[in-house]
Amino acid sequence: MRIAAVALLLSLGLAGAALAQEEGAKLEPANTNIKNVASLQRGAKYFVNYCLGCHSAKYVRYNRLAADLGITEKQLVDNLMFTGEHPYDTMAIAMKTEDAARWFGTAPPDLSLIARSRGTDYLYTYLRGFYVDPSRPTGVNNIVLRGSAMPAVLWELQGPQRAKFGTDKSGKETFEGFEQIRPGSMPAAQFDEMVRDIVNFLDYIGEPIKREREALGIRVIGFLLVFLLIAYLLKKEIWKDVH
Amino acid sequence: MATNEADVFDRLGRGLSALGAWIDDRFPMTKLIKEHATEYYASKNFNFWYGFGVIATVVLVMQLVTGIFLTMNYKPSADGAFASVEYIMRDVDWGWLIRYLHSTGASAFFIVVYLHMFRGLLYGSYKKPRELVWIIGMFIYLCLMAEAFFGYLLPWGNMSYWGAQVIVSLFGAIPVIGNGLAEWIRGDFYISDITLNRFFAFHVIAVPLALVALVVVHIMALHEVGSNNPDGIEIKDYKGPDGHPIDGVAFHPYHTSKDLVIIVIFLILFSAVVFFVPDMGGYFLEHANFEPANALKTPEHIAPVWYFTPFYAMLRAVPNKLLGVVLMGSAVLLPFFLPWLDRCRVKSIRYRGAIYKVALAVFAVSFLALGYLGMQPPTGAVVTLAQIFTVLYFGFFLSMPFYSRVEKTKPVPTRVTP
Amino acid sequence: MAESTGFTRRHFLTVATVVTGGAGVIATAVPFVSSFKPSARAQALGAPIEVDVSKLELGALLKVEWRGHPIYILHRSDEMIASLKKDAGLLRDPESKDSEQPSYATNEYRSIKPAYLVLEGVCTHLGCAPMPRFEVAPADLGPQWPGGFLCPCHGSKFDLAGRVFQGVPAPTNLSVPPYRYINDSTILIGSDTGNS
Repeated sequence: MRIAAVALLLSLGLAGAALAQEEGAKLEPANTNIKNVASLQRGAKYFVNYCLGCHSAKYVRYNRLAADLGITEKQLVDNLMFTGEHPYDTMAIAMKTEDAARWFGTAPPDLSLIARSRGTDYLYTYLRGFYVDPSRPTGVNNIVLRGSAMPAVLWELQGPQRAKFGTDKSGKETFEGFEQIRPGSMPAAQFDEMVRDIVNFLDYIGEPIKREREALGIRVIGFLLVFLLIAYLLKKEIWKDVH
Repeated sequence: MATNEADVFDRLGRGLSALGAWIDDRFPMTKLIKEHATEYYASKNFNFWYGFGVIATVVLVMQLVTGIFLTMNYKPSADGAFASVEYIMRDVDWGWLIRYLHSTGASAFFIVVYLHMFRGLLYGSYKKPRELVWIIGMFIYLCLMAEAFFGYLLPWGNMSYWGAQVIVSLFGAIPVIGNGLAEWIRGDFYISDITLNRFFAFHVIAVPLALVALVVVHIMALHEVGSNNPDGIEIKDYKGPDGHPIDGVAFHPYHTSKDLVIIVIFLILFSAVVFFVPDMGGYFLEHANFEPANALKTPEHIAPVWYFTPFYAMLRAVPNKLLGVVLMGSAVLLPFFLPWLDRCRVKSIRYRGAIYKVALAVFAVSFLALGYLGMQPPTGAVVTLAQIFTVLYFGFFLSMPFYSRVEKTKPVPTRVTP
Repeated sequence: MAESTGFTRRHFLTVATVVTGGAGVIATAVPFVSSFKPSARAQALGAPIEVDVSKLELGALLKVEWRGHPIYILHRSDEMIASLKKDAGLLRDPESKDSEQPSYATNEYRSIKPAYLVLEGVCTHLGCAPMPRFEVAPADLGPQWPGGFLCPCHGSKFDLAGRVFQGVPAPTNLSVPPYRYINDSTILIGSDTGNS
């Protein structure tokens, strides 16, 4: 029995470690917090201004966004809706998938669930990971996703950077960091914060109900603990004349 | 006003009794309640291993109810499926909870069923006269695997698609009829909308009907011979003056009240997952499945869901595709024969020889290890280890006729021990 | 409080368990029952619609759809509005006491502005869409016909304010949906409060 328990714990631990490691670039921690509503609001604003032109978020409804982010419908329409949709519409875009695939080589994916399929650390590192690469049609490449067809949309804010590569003992290429070519319009710390806000927003739209479900979970388990006590006392009472 | 109150309850009681009598004249209601609850005697020394059967039934009911509600909003088409799942998660009132109950329930079902089966191995529950209970249970296990396989395609995520692709192609490994068979299963030349629709029919009605029927028969077979217990004693051999087993207690209210406690503990653990980690780090809801199915983009690691990985590891341990399939199939079929592979007269591990205890421990470790290895990319060390543990898994069953005959057992008591 | 002779700790605990468990079961049922409510998508699809009537000619009928119902918008001419006062004798319910309309349409025009009639194009008999018959006294409808709607299914007739005639199968006047004017030429159908 004990052997089985130890083996189970060991295998879970190893599995967890193995799966946490990404192949390729080392990911930096995003440290996002979906309970930070101010960050989500900023992230929504950045998303609508920088991302929504090419990427849809077709499962996200504007009015749900407003309710969850604590903004009024007027604030929603004034700050986040520029193309005449209604608050009850979803964040779809006009660009058709076939056109997008033709223009960019591959269609910009819908971002509703990107945080659930890739994880926030990936997205944080990705958005900050563009570097100059003249061999690419967009002029840039990405350290997390080599050969990415996405242009460096936040270029002006971050400032262009170069990637430094070396080789390790076995001859494999290693990434050794970025070198800023020119400063962008935002200082680095502020830019990182902006990306954090965008990633936080992407995390939220991946599962809008997350905050509420955790709150409900506490109440459900609390109730069940009370019920457990009552049921246990009943069991003890019924079984008291056995043995 | 005490008299009026007593009067009302009195009349109510007599009315209900009359109703009961009317039903009993036409349907064996009281007889069934007596036979299967109030006068069904089971041992008084059940430990927590004996709770997994009732928990499995609770999970089955939960999957049926949540499944029905999901079906109200799910669209079984290649175009609509993925979006309909997000519709349920976001637009349908409480849809997210129904979805998470169902997805967590699927994994919970396997954890509970594996532990339930392990109890059988601990206490010899598959031995005479309970061989049929075990065999029906093994059929339930097969149906459960089929149900999970069909269900997993339904969200039409990228892992759904590629997982189905891999498993169906295993049928293609069968010589001569393989490709035709795979095409017949798919209903198309590739996993398509047609495949999705028929897997939906299997998952929503065909297999659930079979499951419910098998569970009913499983319990009937059990009640016919009576439950086992951690000491492996047949309590019916020792009856008291009232004609009931001395070491038995009526299922209701004793085991019902005890099972309620066990069910609540299960619900607490289950709720912790549903409300706090429904993804379970990508084990219960896989990351790749949050992207829609894409025939042109294979996920980095295709692995089946965790409950199939032990068998997947065995499949990949063999370099030959057909032999791998045969091996995997044998691994699932071997346990059917346990009642006859095990030659030891003693049922419970408490009184069996050290050799069985070691063998069972090795088996449990091997199964878990294979499960872990099945999730890893199939590189050198992983395959070698999988081969070793596969041998140990098969060894448990195939050498059992030999070691179970020679093991040194302890004397089995006549009365149960706590 | 009366104490029954069988009151025991066991009795008490059983009742406590059943009551608590029952509460739990009901609480669990709530999400499932609630999931039946119209979803956010249903509410979006059933949201109020804006209709621009600036180009609608006098005497012309515009049909739009809201929540699966046909909605008729008729730009009434002065003669049409005048005829409403004269045909009261032919009607079953000229003051709209039995029919469904919002308070701002419980007037002789059955609309906010006399110039535009907004109706649900659903015959109150069995639900067919009544056809426009705005011409006065045509041959098939007789010299008394003031203009209005004729239902093709079973012959129910309604006047130019959607009020039902006597002697036809339909029991009540055509219903008026909630609506309001966003500006002089735009009607929002499906909402009459400030929050659309």
